[in-house]
Amino acid sequence: MSEVIVVTSGKGGVGKSTTTANLGVGLAMRGKKVVLIDTDTGLRNLDLLLGLENRIMYDLVDVIDGRVEIKKALVRHKKYENLQLLPTSQVKDKSAVNPADLMALCDELRKEYDYVIIDCPAGIEQGFQTAIAGADTAIVVTMPEVSAVRDADKIIGELGRSEKDNIKLIINRIRPAMVDSGEMMDMDDINDILAIKCIGQVPDDIKVVTSANRGEPVVGDSDSQAGKAYENIVGRLLGEDIPFMEFEKEGFFKRLKKAFKF
Amino acid sequence: MLDSIKRMFSSEKSGKVAKKRLQMVLIQDRASVSPEVMEKLRDDIIQVISKYMVIDKADMEISLENVDDSVALVANIPVQNMRHHR
Ligand SMILES: Nc1ncnc2c1ncn2[C@@H]1O[C@H](COP(=O)(O)OP(=O)(O)OP(=O)(O)O)[C@@H](O)[C@H]1O
Ligand SMILES: [Mg+2]
Repeated sequence: MSEVIVVTSGKGGVGKSTTTANLGVGLAMRGKKVVLIDTDTGLRNLDLLLGLENRIMYDLVDVIDGRVEIKKALVRHKKYENLQLLPTSQVKDKSAVNPADLMALCDELRKEYDYVIIDCPAGIEQGFQTAIAGADTAIVVTMPEVSAVRDADKIIGELGRSEKDNIKLIINRIRPAMVDSGEMMDMDDINDILAIKCIGQVPDDIKVVTSANRGEPVVGDSDSQAGKAYENIVGRLLGEDIPFMEFEKEGFFKRLKKAFKF
Repeated sequence: MLDSIKRMFSSEKSGKVAKKRLQMVLIQDRASVSPEVMEKLRDDIIQVISKYMVIDKADMEISLENVDDSVALVANIPVQNMRHHR
């Protein structure tokens, strides 16, 4: 049984592409056949995060317009052979791909791959409607900040209207020290607000940035808290029952010290 | 120093403030994006109240409003007559 997952958020810059890249690599590491589709037309990025930017010959629009077969446009990952990327076009306007096109493409890819993961553009316009069209599951990425959570709620509403009822939440860029001192919402707070099943909480981690610099998603890196968090999410997607990890916490005295600034 | 103590013991942490504010604003967001739901609610209210009173459906108003720091469902329903109950 294959699954088509769209990674979406509403608000921009919360970590959709980072999530897509990490889940793709993580699932491939677990032996799954995975294809990632970048649908953020005009703002191609997933190729960079995966280190595949120099291998692109064709793109999503070439496939949709029938200029090239899907197989020819897919870019194989260097290290994980069962991971493929269908990059988006860097030039075409956003209306070039419509929901029916993408749905047909997903159904085609379903036959060959275990997971099709779609990286959605920010916003709730046409690009969003197109990206979600063929998906069985939506992963909503948010951050523990008021505007990101509000936009996530909006997206959850839109997904419901499009009869996408299988929705999962990832909370990205958590800062454990801030949560600890009560200055940032935690997973329970956001669960109370959005009432969506949370499948992951990813800490803010400089390794996410350094690994993006190198084009190697952090998911394999056991020294990184974010890498571990993504690994756990992959396990949960595969149906494993994995408890949420405890982030390193500051002790009471450290907090007291901070509060009094000595 | 005094400020720090105050912050520690009296005032609410920003995480909790964020949660409360979001819970409030989302009630409005969710209501404002679904006029269909308000329409359904209106129909249901009419049905229930009509068992007891004759109301002016055309002139009734239902809305979600902000009252201090909470949201209220405000209904203004003109009653034209009472029904007799056995
Ligand atoms: N857990 C994290 N820790 C630290 N930095 C992060 C984390 N997640 C994402 N970032 C950084 O945040 C930035 C935005 O991430 P990303 O491009 O994945 O977001 P996006 O939702 O795809 O954005 P867009 O809406 O523009 O497509 C990047 O610079 C990324 O490295
Ligand atoms: Mg992106």
